[in-house]
Amino acid sequence: MDLRSSVEIITEWDIVAARQLGRNEAKKAGFGTVDQARITTAISELARNIYLYAGKGKIEIERVTDNGKFGIKIIASDEGPGIPDLRKVMEDGFSTSGGLGAGMPGVKRLMDEFKVVSETGAGTTITTTKWLH
Amino acid sequence: MPQEVGRQYKEIMGKYLERPSEEDLYVGQQFSRRFIEKEIAPEDVISIHKTALIELHPELQDEVWNSLDFLIEMMIHYGLTLREHQSLIRKQEAIQMEMNVATKVQDTLLKTKMPCVGGLDVGYISQPATQMNGDYVYFLNKKHESGVAVADVIGKGIPAALCMSMIKFGMDGLPDGNTSPQNVLGIINRIVEKSVDDSMFISMFYGKYNAEDTTFSYASAGHEPALHFNSRTGEFSELDAKGLLLGVKPDTEYEERSVVLNDGDFIAMMTDGVTETRTEEGFIDMNAIQNLLHDVKDKSAQQIAEHVYHHLAGLQNYRLSDDFTIVIFKKQPEQV
Repeated sequence: MDLRSSVEIITEWDIVAARQLGRNEAKKAGFGTVDQARITTAISELARNIYLYAGKGKIEIERVTDNGKFGIKIIASDEGPGIPDLRKVMEDGFSTSGGLGAGMPGVKRLMDEFKVVSETGAGTTITTTKWLH
Repeated sequence: MPQEVGRQYKEIMGKYLERPSEEDLYVGQQFSRRFIEKEIAPEDVISIHKTALIELHPELQDEVWNSLDFLIEMMIHYGLTLREHQSLIRKQEAIQMEMNVATKVQDTLLKTKMPCVGGLDVGYISQPATQMNGDYVYFLNKKHESGVAVADVIGKGIPAALCMSMIKFGMDGLPDGNTSPQNVLGIINRIVEKSVDDSMFISMFYGKYNAEDTTFSYASAGHEPALHFNSRTGEFSELDAKGLLLGVKPDTEYEERSVVLNDGDFIAMMTDGVTETRTEEGFIDMNAIQNLLHDVKDKSAQQIAEHVYHHLAGLQNYRLSDDFTIVIFKKQPEQV
């Protein structure tokens, strides 16, 4: 079984492709309509950030299990400029006021687990997981 | 629990779909409060709606189901925004609690003791516009004299309040025998100049009453002039002395002047929150303040201060536009 699939993000249309892949995977994994929409929105936000701020990168989606739990993991990675002040972008009200959409706190809320690693000048990797409840 | 909510939702909606009535709408709306209490996201509400509808009317067309899925998608960002607001409100509550503690700390830090020398009646009132006060009153008491500093940080709120503790510790540290108004302002000016950011300015009036010769001497660092009421002539005169705001230049010299007080005379020292009281018709003028003071010239110092405050704050419906401080030094016949 193919456990991991990915979409390169280069143009805005690739965001739609990443969303489609995410929704299909979420459905196959057994998530309900609302959670499918949440996972898709998270992917959409992550892909948009890559498109807008890094230029290009990729979204990988994989099925995960942990102690009998099943879920979906999204890895968004790019080799862009990185995020200089992580604390700031994780703050409520920071990204939305700048017109970035849901921003990082939004993605964190849509999902169950969230981790970001970023190095200035080297890129950013965000890993986020949602479990089937 | 969500199943229970869903079951009840279906029941209420089912009744309504059978025969629409205002009563069912009312019940439904009451029920929606439970959604809010349980922090059910808007997208989940639509999902509950869709589930209920499938059970009640499975015969409906695909367009209906697809449109509901579309609506769920539309609601995801609303849900996020709602949760963000909830989290900001919790944050604000935490800040408010810290502010309450800070206000208490400020009150304790800046505590001052009312002077008590023969022949002098003292009254004052100091009210912040927002939670923390950027005006400051500090009394310096000796055996035969009482000094008072009335200071105003340009600006208000927390930054102004933080600045005040510096004035207080400067005043506490004044060397004995060096309490002429001129010297006091000179010393405080050097402390402020060294410790404060360039954008922060403080105006200050320092007055000292000497009970032995009943003179009131004073100096001013760019502060509002004080008013002297002369009981013999029934007239007011402004007490002003030359001097720059605190913190502008380290070697500023302050002019010192003095006036003799007779029984029934009083001095009113104020911040610009008093003199720049704004009403719907514009700023009030100095004459208005003099008239107010004149009306109660025979009352105690505290009553005079409170009269001015209640009158001027009343004009603004007690929503002060700036921190408001007035101190009254009133000369009384010495009781034997």
